[in-house]
Amino acid sequence: MSEVATQIQVPVPPKELERIPLVQNNRSFGWISDRVSAITEGKAPAWWWAAFIPSIMLLGLLGAMLFYQATTGVGVWGNHHPTMWGWDIINFVWWIGIGHAGTLISAILFLLRQKWRTGVNRAAEAMTIFAVMCAGIYPAMHVGRVWFDWWLFPIPTYQGVWPQFRSPLMWDVFAVSTYFTVSVLFWYVGLVPDLATMRDRAKTKIRQFVYGLMAFGWTGSNRNWSNYEKAYLILAGLSTPLVLSVHSIVSLDFAVSQLPGWHTTIFPPYFVAGAVFSGFGMVLTLLIPLRSMCHLEDVITMRHIDVMCKVTLATGSIVGYAYGMEFFIAWYSGSAFERFAFINRAMGPYWWGYWLMVGCNVIVPQLFWFPKVRKTLWFVFILSILVNVGMWFERFVIVVISLSREFLPSNWDYFKPTWVDICTFLGTFGLFFTCFLLFLRFLPMVAISEVKGVTPQADPHHPLAKGNGGKH
Amino acid sequence: MSANAKPYGLLAEFDNTLDVLHAAEKVRDAGFRSWDVYMPFPIHGMDKAMGLKNSKVGWFSFVGGVTGYTTGMLMIWWMNAVDYKLLVGGKPMFSPNAAFPPSYELTILFGAFGAILGMLFLNRLPRLNHPLLKHKRFALASHDRFYVVIETADPKYSEVETRKLLEAAGSKRIEMVED
Repeated sequence: MSEVATQIQVPVPPKELERIPLVQNNRSFGWISDRVSAITEGKAPAWWWAAFIPSIMLLGLLGAMLFYQATTGVGVWGNHHPTMWGWDIINFVWWIGIGHAGTLISAILFLLRQKWRTGVNRAAEAMTIFAVMCAGIYPAMHVGRVWFDWWLFPIPTYQGVWPQFRSPLMWDVFAVSTYFTVSVLFWYVGLVPDLATMRDRAKTKIRQFVYGLMAFGWTGSNRNWSNYEKAYLILAGLSTPLVLSVHSIVSLDFAVSQLPGWHTTIFPPYFVAGAVFSGFGMVLTLLIPLRSMCHLEDVITMRHIDVMCKVTLATGSIVGYAYGMEFFIAWYSGSAFERFAFINRAMGPYWWGYWLMVGCNVIVPQLFWFPKVRKTLWFVFILSILVNVGMWFERFVIVVISLSREFLPSNWDYFKPTWVDICTFLGTFGLFFTCFLLFLRFLPMVAISEVKGVTPQADPHHPLAKGNGGKH
Repeated sequence: MSANAKPYGLLAEFDNTLDVLHAAEKVRDAGFRSWDVYMPFPIHGMDKAMGLKNSKVGWFSFVGGVTGYTTGMLMIWWMNAVDYKLLVGGKPMFSPNAAFPPSYELTILFGAFGAILGMLFLNRLPRLNHPLLKHKRFALASHDRFYVVIETADPKYSEVETRKLLEAAGSKRIEMVED
């Protein structure tokens, strides 16, 4: 039986049709665990400290800003009539949007059997969790009296009144908290077999104990794998409608209101596409430097970068289409207020914000049509940052421009952020990068077991199955 | 082997996926029941090679999801239309449309918990100890080796015959694991 299997001839494709394999250089199973675990073993490299120290300082800044805001009041931000939502909601939507790429990679691409996801899914899921944490700060703080945040949840209070479930803001509470919980669960389930790898190779007692506890006593038994894989598939199936619903519900916070510029039916799909677009921007921003600093070029290959650029191009084009369609519908609706809201976006006092958005979100991703661009890493890196600059301005355009020019001209005002707004936003980067760097240092940043599973020698019916992989 | 240690089972090592798959088929065909294959990643086709049935995790998730949706709908109806009536903008006290988004999220939340808790329950995890985890060589099961373990508790187990079977299946390294 085995003799027959090894004799199967695989036709070699012509050179121009050859694909970069998911793990380059025919690496062995052992090489994958060694290389990925190495990042968490031994001394932290200099670049890690160089990134960690500023991050933790920014985290301190965030703490100081939130303390100042909670003890003084929302007035320390630039929010005031009529722009009652300012940087708080912009940053909430921006951060939560970034999270969406992680879930798309981990869930939707899993259902679509896109095997390249295995190289990047762990880091992208970690990004999701930390981005949602940054996002969650804003709604919690912008209520003003943060000590009443628990009223958002259906917990009995002394007044006997319950949350008002007809409000999209309540839907948002459920959507975001479910999103965070399920993302953490999904991430952790994926981590269990890799934590077992970390436990089994641990050299010190502490590592053995901590990873041993976290790995739940995982042995890698096939009876366990069988249930595990089913649970993973179901989680992917549940996360897919979840990720689509989260940003849809976030968009309903706007779309259910009557404000021109917000009251549109295109918002849910347009928000989801924008979220995935910005999330892939962030994944590229993070992974391009990381793959070389962590020496993971064979696992996060140029093919991975290439497909992620293409997803960015596709979602960026959807976003561009949505901008055009919004304008068309504003004109086609015949509503004077709608028409004004959109002309004001492009030509009003905040014209620079609108054109920055169009430049970064519509024009920049179109450069990804060119294979040469997708192969030039430093250029992709710059473009990926511009994508997120653009997506920040998209939320600025939606929140601030719409609110500052509402129905009554006597209400109009020009919104300016305060130094507290700016420092709080910078501080959220501190939270994000502190968490992300700790993740890099203590947990496997690539899904070890999943990457092993997509190597050619992992498939018993592949001609290479007789070996244990090539190079060590 | 120390005098008071009970044997747990025979551990046979394989160094590639094809050999371990065929070994599993042989052990299955020999009619063993208390045995398992240990590997660093799931091998496609191993469930069939071991003769395993489809996992039952789906049922746990389904029950979780149904519970979540029902909880959401009933909770919102009771809170906003029964226990403390809130009239907002002349809208109905309870409308399934407005109650749907939170109930939808709860469906997913409870379904996810169902899937994970069901998986842990079926796998009898978490556990703090396992005879195999004490075995030094077995650490490679999460690295790059594959193991077939036949437990001594299996009625068909016999020290000589079982060892022969595993040798015939192509394992070059067979060891006894203590409990």
